[in-house]
Amino acid sequence: MTLIADIRKIAKEYPSSTSAILPALRLAQEQYGWLPPEAIEEVGEALDLTPAYCMSVASFYDMLHLEPVGKHTIEVCTNVCCGLVNAQAVLEAFELELELAPGETTADGEITLRAVECLGGCSTPTIVAVDRRYRQSVKPEDAPAIVRELRGA
Amino acid sequence: MPEALVLAGAEEHPLRDLTSYRAVGGYAQLERARALEPQQVIADLIESNLRGRGGAFFPTGRKASFIPTPDKIAKPVYITVNADESEPGTFKDREIMLRVPHRLVEGCLIAAHAIQSRSVFIYIRGEYSSEYDVLKAALDEARDAGLLGDVTIVIHRGAGAYICGEETALLSSLEGERGQPRSKPPFPAIAGLYAAPTLINNVETITTIPKVLEVGAAAYAKIGAPPDSTGTRLFCLSGNVHRPGVYELPHGVTARHLIEDVGGGVPGGRSLKAVMMGGSSFPVMTPNDLDTALDANSLGQKGYFIGSGVVCVVDDRTCMVQFALRVGQFYMHESCGKCTPCRVGTRWLVQILRAVENGTASESDLDLALDVCDRIIGKCLCVLGDSDAMIVASCVTKFRDEFRAHLEHGGCPFGHDSSLDRLFAPVDQHHHAPHEVTV
Repeated sequence: MTLIADIRKIAKEYPSSTSAILPALRLAQEQYGWLPPEAIEEVGEALDLTPAYCMSVASFYDMLHLEPVGKHTIEVCTNVCCGLVNAQAVLEAFELELELAPGETTADGEITLRAVECLGGCSTPTIVAVDRRYRQSVKPEDAPAIVRELRGA
Repeated sequence: MPEALVLAGAEEHPLRDLTSYRAVGGYAQLERARALEPQQVIADLIESNLRGRGGAFFPTGRKASFIPTPDKIAKPVYITVNADESEPGTFKDREIMLRVPHRLVEGCLIAAHAIQSRSVFIYIRGEYSSEYDVLKAALDEARDAGLLGDVTIVIHRGAGAYICGEETALLSSLEGERGQPRSKPPFPAIAGLYAAPTLINNVETITTIPKVLEVGAAAYAKIGAPPDSTGTRLFCLSGNVHRPGVYELPHGVTARHLIEDVGGGVPGGRSLKAVMMGGSSFPVMTPNDLDTALDANSLGQKGYFIGSGVVCVVDDRTCMVQFALRVGQFYMHESCGKCTPCRVGTRWLVQILRAVENGTASESDLDLALDVCDRIIGKCLCVLGDSDAMIVASCVTKFRDEFRAHLEHGGCPFGHDSSLDRLFAPVDQHHHAPHEVTV
């Protein structure tokens, strides 16, 4: 019940509790790792919204996951500014290292690899968000070390 | 380097804590502003001719003057700061939040005094984690120091949607809906957040306000390229250039100065082929226009926009079809789907551009692409589709020979030499749960 209590506490910061849906979904996702039906239901209960409404909002946003994702995420910016300075090679280095296509998760459920749109770090390409924290000026040869770090080796 | 205003004091090291911000005169302007009549602060902003740094360049003081005063309306009035920086090539608001977070907070509080609002929401893009942490720490510090008075400031985190940087989509998202734009009018100044009058400003705009008061409105109005493009600008220099970065310079420096003198020019002995000017939402600049001054009027005379201060350099090995395709894929991915011309048009442009890149298109497809662009522009609730249409049309028109070469060559004449060759786009990404992986 703490998730519901935490969400209701956040909702008090807004004139309308529905405004708290994004922080609520973020919190639920942090707890569950993704947004399974029970997480959606808890968010709905906390904010007095239907699960269908919560799903419709959650499905709109890239950072909210309606399917399981890895414990760790590696997100490579492939928009033009990083692209002009070799982002594709960086993405391919992670694909090779993880034996995954972008969007896929390792079989052990540890790491999800994604390509993402501009992360706003264009002066230090390629930007790679590792567990949501930016790594700057990532080169293809950095991929093995980043993966090793996430695997705790 | 000319004197910085927005980033003043943070040129070498970030000014994250209250003590170091106070040491450069921080919060002195808040104190001064609070001693003034709210109307006087708005009058100062009007006199300075500070204009919106988010892309639309609307006069900030005039926008604030549209907000009804408390005696005219029973509802509360709101301030929403747009920190949903997602325009490709834009990374200045992030620098502001990391380097001068207290100046942003001070700007919010001065703006709140000016329009007599007691409630500020800062909508920050969901991907900005460190930026959120730094800004939140500064806000907590300011609150603990009693600087907020009766104003509440809430930092609201987005969850990954470019469209939420569009002001009415931002309001939808902040109200807990899908982030889809609304029709205007009514404009947010009349019916914005919770249908109440709302002032929406970009991070850089709000952060400039304390400096406008510090240097004085009349003096500020003389900086840069007056009368229309006053003050400094945080230019976002990136792409194929030696020294990319955020550079705060007065409006009116030339693109050539920024790219060659400040940025050190194009590396690797390459030459400049194009500049993504203002952002990915505007026509690309060609080398013959590099001496254009970076101010709204000079750029406007040549069909360009200053946008969010983006200057992304594209070198001569880059295939402009691939460039247009990758930008098009971005807009297709980010279209919210509400308006048909945008939803269908962004997808259609990607299909045409892909056919050109593969050499399976014909000359008439180039005209078709321009026709599709025409049928998007001005026909949607917001400018997301227009943005796609403007940059794609500029690529087709200005680099038509290069597009045509793809048709004649039966594919891309650049081969693997182009840096954007086979660049993967998130729109082509399919998510698989772990149990579905077939490796």
